[in-house]
Amino acid sequence: MKKTALHPRHLQLKARMVPFAGFEMPVSYSGITQEHMAVRQAAGIFDVSHMGEFFVEGPDALPFLEYVTTNYVAGLDVGQAQYSCMLREHGGIVDDLLVYCLGEDRYMMVVNAANIDKDFEHLREQSHRFNVNLLNASEVWSLMAVQGPKALEIVQKLTETDLSEIPYYHFDFVALNSVEEALISNTGYTGAGGFEIYVPQEVALHTWDILMEAGASAGLVPCGLGARDTLRLEKGYCLYGQDIDETTTPLEAGLSWIVKFQKDFLGKEALLQQKAQGITRKLVGLVLHEKAIPRTGYSVCDTEGKPIGRITSGAMSPVLGLPIALAYVSSDYSSPGSRLKVSVRERLAEAEVKKLPFL
Amino acid sequence: MQFPDQLLYSKDHEWVRMEGDLAVVGITDFAQSELGDIVFVDVNTVGKQIEAGQVFGTVEAVKTVSDLFMPLTGEVVEFNTSLASSAEVVNKDPYGAGWIIKVRPAPSADTSHLLDAAAYRKLVGH
Repeated sequence: MKKTALHPRHLQLKARMVPFAGFEMPVSYSGITQEHMAVRQAAGIFDVSHMGEFFVEGPDALPFLEYVTTNYVAGLDVGQAQYSCMLREHGGIVDDLLVYCLGEDRYMMVVNAANIDKDFEHLREQSHRFNVNLLNASEVWSLMAVQGPKALEIVQKLTETDLSEIPYYHFDFVALNSVEEALISNTGYTGAGGFEIYVPQEVALHTWDILMEAGASAGLVPCGLGARDTLRLEKGYCLYGQDIDETTTPLEAGLSWIVKFQKDFLGKEALLQQKAQGITRKLVGLVLHEKAIPRTGYSVCDTEGKPIGRITSGAMSPVLGLPIALAYVSSDYSSPGSRLKVSVRERLAEAEVKKLPFL
Repeated sequence: MQFPDQLLYSKDHEWVRMEGDLAVVGITDFAQSELGDIVFVDVNTVGKQIEAGQVFGTVEAVKTVSDLFMPLTGEVVEFNTSLASSAEVVNKDPYGAGWIIKVRPAPSADTSHLLDAAAYRKLVGH
């Protein structure tokens, strides 16, 4: 089992540790609901060092990324980041990721931990006719996220650089006290605002400590993967391996906004074909009107009880106080307001399609 | 972690406290801690006679759902309805306000399979 550089802090804080994507990671410290609410109301700090970082450099870095990812990379300014995905030729999603434009011909890709090896292999296979260098620096970099309405105030205490000048989905290289160069990105997976902070592994513990100290008076709490999951679900963000994978396409997953058909990319033909034939299932938000949590794999039915889809992620929304879920359902039932049922153990619970995000 | 001496414990992590001719049943401190934040307690067996070891309800936490098992044979006579609106009480006070059901033990009810606090503590490694 791999460990992140921050592992000793999780043990000190008596986090509940679980295996995740080959890493021993904290699922919660003080309780998922409490951590969730701290992020919505004040701030939370997450160790997400298990995520993978790849560097793509060379004269063909831009055309290569245009080909392997679906979003419009040429539109990125230096210092800007974007959400994107990589596809197989048949249109299935290899991974969803962030692309950072570090400079002319220099990019960073941030990928899901469980997919690091698969993604890197995929990129290597696709890179043959491009003049690019690929580097998997996942073991070199640590990543922590400070998220929530107080995140700016907390991180700002550690630097002279005016962080409010970094717009959403932009980043900058900033000195945080004695940490000379951190990549600070105005991004996150919580929808609560805040930063993702990339530092070399050697200074990860120190960075965590100074952030915790800076945040103590503002209510910063350490948060685990449990709260990360409920936070992203309230915002309707997809989780790879649950809501999206190689058997789903971005058109089905509601990710058309990161697919740019004006350019050529791997998987484009398959998506065009799917579009022409009609999308038969869609990822939708569901709210349950009963006291049960829709779990991954539960069957979704029409009002007659006929199966028309399945739950991919579900949780109790701490903010709404309602059970919420993402589910693939037959397109005929995908409009907001559609009445459906979810098979929860031996009964059918009342559910309704809701427009995403929930919050 | 608390394991009060006056209670009996099942291997399924329920506790039992005799109160007159009724048995009060809940889940242990260990169980609530393993489950994490509890969001629903669902019991629809009030009025039913249930054998020891059979399911009398479910407890749903943020991360997982778990069945609740009868620690002794009897009739479920009451559900702690305050849990319907505030299930988190089971996390905060598992042996007090977080009790789940009251049971009228059957004349045949056997409690010899239940553990005392020391044996239960050993079972869960605390």
